[in-house]
Amino acid sequence: MAPVSASAFEYAPAPESRSVVDIASSYGLFIDGEFTDATGGKVFKTVSPSTEEVLSEVAEASEEDVDRAVKAARKAFEKWSALPGAERAKYLFRIARIIQERSRELAVLETLDNGKPIKETRDADLPLVAAHFFYYAGWADKLDHAGFGADPRPLGVAGQVIPWNFPLLMLAWKIAPALATGNTVVLKPAETTPLSALFFADICRQAGLPKGVVNIVTGDGRTGAALVAHPDVNKVAFTGSTAVGKAIARTVAGTRKKLTLELGGKGANIVFDDAPIDQAVEGIVNGIFFNQGQVCCAGSRLIVQESIQDELLDALKRRLSTLRLGDPLDKNTDIGAINSAEQLARITALADAGEAEGAERWSPACELPDTGYWFAPTLFTNVTQAHTIAREEIFGPVLSVLSFRTPDEAVAKANNTQYGLSAGIWSEKGSRILAVASKLRAGVVWSNTFNKFDPTSPFGGYKESGFGREGGRHGLEAYLDV
Amino acid sequence: MPTTAPPAHALADVTASDSTLRRFLHGLPGVDTVGLEARATSLGTRSIKTTAKAYAIDLAISMVDLTTLEGADTPGKVRALGAKAVHPDPTDRTAPTTAAVCVYPDMVAVAKEAVAGSGVKVASVATAFPAGRAALDVKLADVRDAVAAGADEIDMVIDRGAFLAGKYLKVYDEIVAVKEACGTSARLKVIFETGELSTYDNIRRASWLGMIAGADFIKTSTGKVAVNATPANTLLMLEAVRDFRAQTGIQVGVKPAGGIRTSKDAIKFLVLVNETAGQDWLDNHWFRFGASSLLNDLLMQRQKLATGRYSGPDYVTVD
Amino acid sequence: MSDARLSVFKTYKLYVGGKFPRSESGRVYEVTDPKNNWLANAPLSSRKDARDAVVAARKAFGGWSGATAYNRGQVLYRVAEMLEGRREQFVREVAEAEGLSKSKAAAVVDAAIDRWVWYAGWTDKIAQVVGGANPVAGPFFNLSSPEPTGVVAVLAPQDSSFLGLVSVLAPVIATGNTAVVIASEKAPLPALSLAEVLATSDVPGGVVNILSGRPSEIAPSLAAHQDVNAIDLAGADEELAKELEIAAADNLKRVLRPQTVDFTQTPGIERLTAFLETKTVWHTTGALGASGSSY
Repeated sequence: MAPVSASAFEYAPAPESRSVVDIASSYGLFIDGEFTDATGGKVFKTVSPSTEEVLSEVAEASEEDVDRAVKAARKAFEKWSALPGAERAKYLFRIARIIQERSRELAVLETLDNGKPIKETRDADLPLVAAHFFYYAGWADKLDHAGFGADPRPLGVAGQVIPWNFPLLMLAWKIAPALATGNTVVLKPAETTPLSALFFADICRQAGLPKGVVNIVTGDGRTGAALVAHPDVNKVAFTGSTAVGKAIARTVAGTRKKLTLELGGKGANIVFDDAPIDQAVEGIVNGIFFNQGQVCCAGSRLIVQESIQDELLDALKRRLSTLRLGDPLDKNTDIGAINSAEQLARITALADAGEAEGAERWSPACELPDTGYWFAPTLFTNVTQAHTIAREEIFGPVLSVLSFRTPDEAVAKANNTQYGLSAGIWSEKGSRILAVASKLRAGVVWSNTFNKFDPTSPFGGYKESGFGREGGRHGLEAYLDV
Repeated sequence: MPTTAPPAHALADVTASDSTLRRFLHGLPGVDTVGLEARATSLGTRSIKTTAKAYAIDLAISMVDLTTLEGADTPGKVRALGAKAVHPDPTDRTAPTTAAVCVYPDMVAVAKEAVAGSGVKVASVATAFPAGRAALDVKLADVRDAVAAGADEIDMVIDRGAFLAGKYLKVYDEIVAVKEACGTSARLKVIFETGELSTYDNIRRASWLGMIAGADFIKTSTGKVAVNATPANTLLMLEAVRDFRAQTGIQVGVKPAGGIRTSKDAIKFLVLVNETAGQDWLDNHWFRFGASSLLNDLLMQRQKLATGRYSGPDYVTVD
Repeated sequence: MSDARLSVFKTYKLYVGGKFPRSESGRVYEVTDPKNNWLANAPLSSRKDARDAVVAARKAFGGWSGATAYNRGQVLYRVAEMLEGRREQFVREVAEAEGLSKSKAAAVVDAAIDRWVWYAGWTDKIAQVVGGANPVAGPFFNLSSPEPTGVVAVLAPQDSSFLGLVSVLAPVIATGNTAVVIASEKAPLPALSLAEVLATSDVPGGVVNILSGRPSEIAPSLAAHQDVNAIDLAGADEELAKELEIAAADNLKRVLRPQTVDFTQTPGIERLTAFLETKTVWHTTGALGASGSSY
C-alpha cells in the first residue's frame, strides 16, 4: 500500500518470490534427530498474519513429548559436552554457513510466518542470525580464556522458550551460546511462529549435528511451562513477556536451575534540542516502527525537549506519511502485519485506552488491507507519565510522546518505569550523551542511533526487563557453571 | 567590499554581518554521519520495477544535464552533444530530451545553436570553474560572458577556501553578485564541491548559505574531484531544500553531479527525491543529474524495458 | 571479668540510615552463646524496620553508586583500618557468639579485616575485568560497563556471624550497591557492632543498614519489596530460600541462592558480579566526513 498522498512516482509491486521456500503441510516435533508426531497426535495451525492463510499444521507437544525431548538432550549431553571445543566450533561454523546459504529461503519463510517485511528479514534478521552462530562458534574452543576460570563447565540440558517477534534470531541468541559452551538444548518456539525453528532442525541435519543436541518442541504456553518445570532441565532461558517471566522465576525457585530472562520494556528515546534532527527522526521511526513495534527494546516513549517539540513532531509526521504499509513480501514494504489477532487486539485496546485517557491520537493516512492483522503507525501526543500508554508495554506500532525541560527531568522520566531494557539519546554534545547514558537505568543505550544489534554486544535489561545478558562474552555466562 | 542587498525572504536578516551569518549557519541542526548514510543506504534498497522503472528512467533522462567539460572540447564535440540531448535515442524518438547540455562559457553559443528550438537548456559553468580561484571581477566577467552568449543556466562554484576559513559572508556576497550577473534570464546553480567541504555539517551550512544568497539550484560538485555526488550528500541537500521551502516558501532545485553512471544509481537518487523533498521536486525544473555516461545506460535500460531484450553499447550513441 | 567492678553492658541497636535506632516495635530478643549463656538483648526487628531500612538504602544509592570507584575503595579500606583498631573487641564478640577459642576467633577477625582489604582493592578494577569495548560490525563505538543493581537485601550467613557477614556484605557495597542486611539470627552481635565501625569509617549513612531479628519474619517483606532490586539468600535455609525466591519474582529481583561457601578461602568475583548489571552503550562514529573513511 503506497502512502495515500499519491506521488507521480508510484512504486510498482516488487514482491519477493515465494517459490524459494517449500513449506510442508504438516510438521512433527524434532526430537533426538527425528521428526516425530506428538503423543496423542494433537496439532495446531500456523497462519500467515498478513493473509490469514494457513501455512502448515504443527504438532503440539505434550508433557510426555517434552520429557522425551529432555531425555534425548540429556543422552546427547555426555558426548556433546565431552567433544573438544574445536569440534563443537566446527559444527556451529557449519550451521552459520548453511544459514547464509539458505538465507533467502529463511527470510521469505520468516516473513510468511511472522508478517514482518521482507526488507527486515533479509537485511536484519537473517544476517544477524548467521553472525550470531559465527560469533559463538569461535568461542567454543576458547572458553578457558573467557574470564570464567580454567575449563568452565556447561550446565547440562538447556530449556529455552522464545518469542514470535524475531523467531529465528531469538533461536540463534539461545542456541548458539548454549551449544558453544557444551550444553544440549530443548527449544520451544512461539506458537504463532514455529516454522523457522523447524527449518532450523533441517539445518542441524544438514550440518550433521549429533542427534539430540538440538530438540525442537512446538506448542503453546503449556508446552513451555512443561519444559521450564521439567526436573531434568539445568538451565532455563526465556525471552518474552514480563508476566510469563515472573511465572517462570517462581517455577524455578528453590531449584538449582540457572535462569536468564529477557523480558519487556518501555524504552525512552530522549531527543535534546541540539540533536541531529533528521537522523533523530529516522531513529524514532526505527525505534518504534521496526518490526511493527513488536520489539522488547522498542523506543516506545519519545521524550523530547519542549523547545523543539513542535518542530520535531512536524518532521516526524511528515516522515510517517512516507511509510509504506502492506504486503510483507513486497521489497518496498516498511510496515508489515501484526503477528496475531490476539496481539492486534491488545494493541487496539491499549491505543483505545490512550485515547480514552485524553491523549491525542494521530496516524498518517494509510489504507489497511482487508485480510490479515494490521495496525496503522500511531502517534500519541499530550501523553504524561500518568497515562497507561506511557507505562504499559504496547508491543505494537504506537509511540507515546512526552516532553521535558531539563536533562535531569529527561532522565527522571526515562527511568520512571518498572522496566529497564533500552534507551536512546539524541544530542550533538558528547559530554551530555555520556552523562545521560550513565544515569539511565537501562541495559542498552543507543546514542544517536536506535535498535542496533550485534553478536558481540551484550543485550539485556535492568529491573523488570529481566536478568542475564545475551551476546558477547557476557552471553557465555548464562550457559556455564560459574 | 560592500554587502549586496540580500534577497527578501524570512532569513534575510541573518546576513547582516559575518557573525550573524555564522551564528545562523552554526545553529542549524547537526548531521550525524552514520544516521545520514544509513538512511541513504536504506532508501537505496527500494526495488523499482516495471511501470515504476519505466517512469523513473524517462524522468531521469529528462533530468540529465548532459555535460562535457574538457580542455579538449571543440565545437564539433559540443554539437554532437547537443544533438544527443535533443534526440537521446536515435532509434526511438519517443525518448524524452535531456534537461540541458552543460558546457564551458566559450562553447555556449555553439551549444545554443545545437539545441535551438528543442526546449533543451544550455547551462554553462562559470566563475573560474572548477577551482574558483580568481578575482571576483574575473568570475563575474566569466558569468556575464556566458549569459551574453545565451546561457539559460549558470553553474558557479563557491569559494571553498573562504568557506573553510569561516568567511561565510564573503562566500555569500559572491553568490549574490553572481546571481545579479545572471540577471533575470539565467537560473543560478551553486556548486559546493562537497568533497572539499568534507563534513556533512559543512554541506548543510553551505546549502543554506547558497539558498539564502539566492541560488536557484544547489549542486554537489564539479565532477573534478575524488568524491562527487553521493546518495548521502544529495539526501542532505534534499533535506535542506525541503526545510528551506517550509521556512521561506521558496523552492530551490538540487543537482547531484559526478559519479552517477548507471540507471540503478539514478533511480536511487530519484527515490531520495521522492521520499525526502517529495513529488514537487520530481521534475527537471527542480532536480537534475550532472552526468554524461549515465544517459547511455538509461537509454539501454529503456530499450530493454521496451523490447524485453538487453541492449548493448552499439545501440546507443557514443559521445 | 573482675569481681571488683561491675561492667557496663552495651545496648545493641539497629543500624538504619546511618543512625542507631531501636526497633520501632520496641521488641528485643535474648542472644546467648552456644552454651546458652545470656550475652545481650538484641532488637527484634519488625517489617516496618525493614521498610525503613529500604528507604534509607534507596536514598543512599544515588550518592554511593555515583561516587568514584577510587573513593569507594578508600572507604572500604578505611573500614579495615577501623576494624584493625577494634580487633580485640571483635575477637571477644566472635568468640562469644560462635563459641570459638580466642585464637580461632582472632583468625576469623583477621580474615574478615583482610576481606575488606580484598574488596577495597576491587572497586576500581571490576569494571575493567567484566566490561570493555565490543567490536561490533558497524560504525559504532560500543562499550559495556558494569553498574550496581541497586538496593540489595542480604540474609547474612547464620553460622559465620562475622567473617561470613563481611564476605557477603563487602562485595555488595564495593560496586556501589546499598544493602539491607539481616544479621545471623542467633549471633547478631558482631554484625551490630560492625555497624559502629561502619558509622565511623566514612561509609555514608544508608549504604549499609543492619537489622537483627528473625529472617522468617522480616525477610519475606524484603523479598517482596518492590523497591529492592536483589537479594542474597546466603543465610536462608532451603525452605525459606524457596519461599523468598518465589516472592522475589514479583519484581524480578536478582537472586543469589544459598550455597556452600568456605569463607576462609579467598573469594572469587562471583559475589561482586551477582549484583552488577551490564550496561552497553552504542555511540555512532564516522563523523570525519568527506575525506574520512565512511564518506
